[in-house]
Amino acid sequence: MHSKTSDAREHAPLSRTARDGLKIVIVGGFGVGKTTMVRSVSEIRPLSTEETMTQAGVGIDDASLVQDKTTTTVAFDFGRISLDEQMVLYLFGAPGQERFWFLWDRLFMGTLGAVVLVDTNRLSDSWYAIDRLEHHGTPFIVARNNFGEPQHTLEEVRAALDLPPDVPIVDCDARERDSSKAVLVELVKHLYSLSTSSSAALESTA
Amino acid sequence: MIRGAVDSEDPDRLYTVTGGRSRVVDENVFDMVTLIVSESEPSPGMQSEHAKILRMCHRPLAVVEIASYLGLPVSVVKILLCDLLDMGKITARHPQVVRADTRLPEPEMLKKVLVALQNL
Repeated sequence: MHSKTSDAREHAPLSRTARDGLKIVIVGGFGVGKTTMVRSVSEIRPLSTEETMTQAGVGIDDASLVQDKTTTTVAFDFGRISLDEQMVLYLFGAPGQERFWFLWDRLFMGTLGAVVLVDTNRLSDSWYAIDRLEHHGTPFIVARNNFGEPQHTLEEVRAALDLPPDVPIVDCDARERDSSKAVLVELVKHLYSLSTSSSAALESTA
Repeated sequence: MIRGAVDSEDPDRLYTVTGGRSRVVDENVFDMVTLIVSESEPSPGMQSEHAKILRMCHRPLAVVEIASYLGLPVSVVKILLCDLLDMGKITARHPQVVRADTRLPEPEMLKKVLVALQNL
C-alpha cells in the first residue's frame, strides 16, 4: 500500500444500490493462508487497514497508577464480494493472536460467522481462536488449508481440536477460488441451519 | 503495506486530523461495513480528509475501505465520518441488525446470501 498516493489510486466503487454490508471473518495463525483465501474470492485486490486501542495496563486495578498506556494495534486484510444489487459481503483476514481479541467486539460485532483456517502442522495455533469464538458466541466452521496429500483425516483433526460434533470441518485449497467459495458456502449453510433451528426453537417456546 | 504507513505516521498528525478528539463521539454509530455515500461536493476550506472522503464516496464505500484508502486507523475515520454526518454531507447505510435473541440473522436473509454465493 502506498498511502501517499491514496487520492490517485483507483478504488473500485460499489453499485449505487448497495446498502447491506455483511461481514465474515477468516481467523488463523500467521502464514496459514488467510490473505490467500481473501484474495482468491475477492472482487477487489485485498486491502489492509488497522485499528488501534489505547488501554491502561491490563491487570492493574488502579489505572491512575499507570504511567504508560499501551497501544494495541491490529492490522488486518480484507476483500469484498458483491452478492447482488443490495448485499455486499466483506471478508476479513484476522490474526488469531491474543491482542486481537481485545478489539473483537469493536471490529466484528454483528459478524455473520467465522472460518477458522488451520494448518495441520500447527494446530495449536488454532486452539485459542476457537476458544475465543466460542466465548464470543460467534458461529464458525473449520477449514483445513490443504494442498498435497493429507497426513491426517478430518476426523483426526476434529479430535485434535476438540471440536464439538455440530461444528463443520472441511478441506480447502485457499489458492483456488472455487475451493474458497465452497468454504464460504459451507459456513453460510451452517449459519442457515443454526438460524432455522433457533427460529423453530423460539416458535415452539412462544 | 499500510502497516508501515500508519506506524510511521506522526501521532501529532492523527491528533490534528481529529481535532484532538478521541472518545467524544459514539463509535458505534458506524460499523466497519456501514456504507457511506457523499451527499455533496467538498466545499472550499474544508479539512482535506473530509474532502477526500466526499470525493471517494460518490458511490457507496464501506467505512473500512475508506480507512484503508486514507491510510488511517478505523477509529480515526469514524470520527471524521461523524463530522460529515453532522454537517449533512454524507448518508450512512447501516448493516441490518442481527437478532439479539440468537445473535443470528434471519433465515431468509441467510438463504439469499447462500444462493448468491452459490451463483458466483
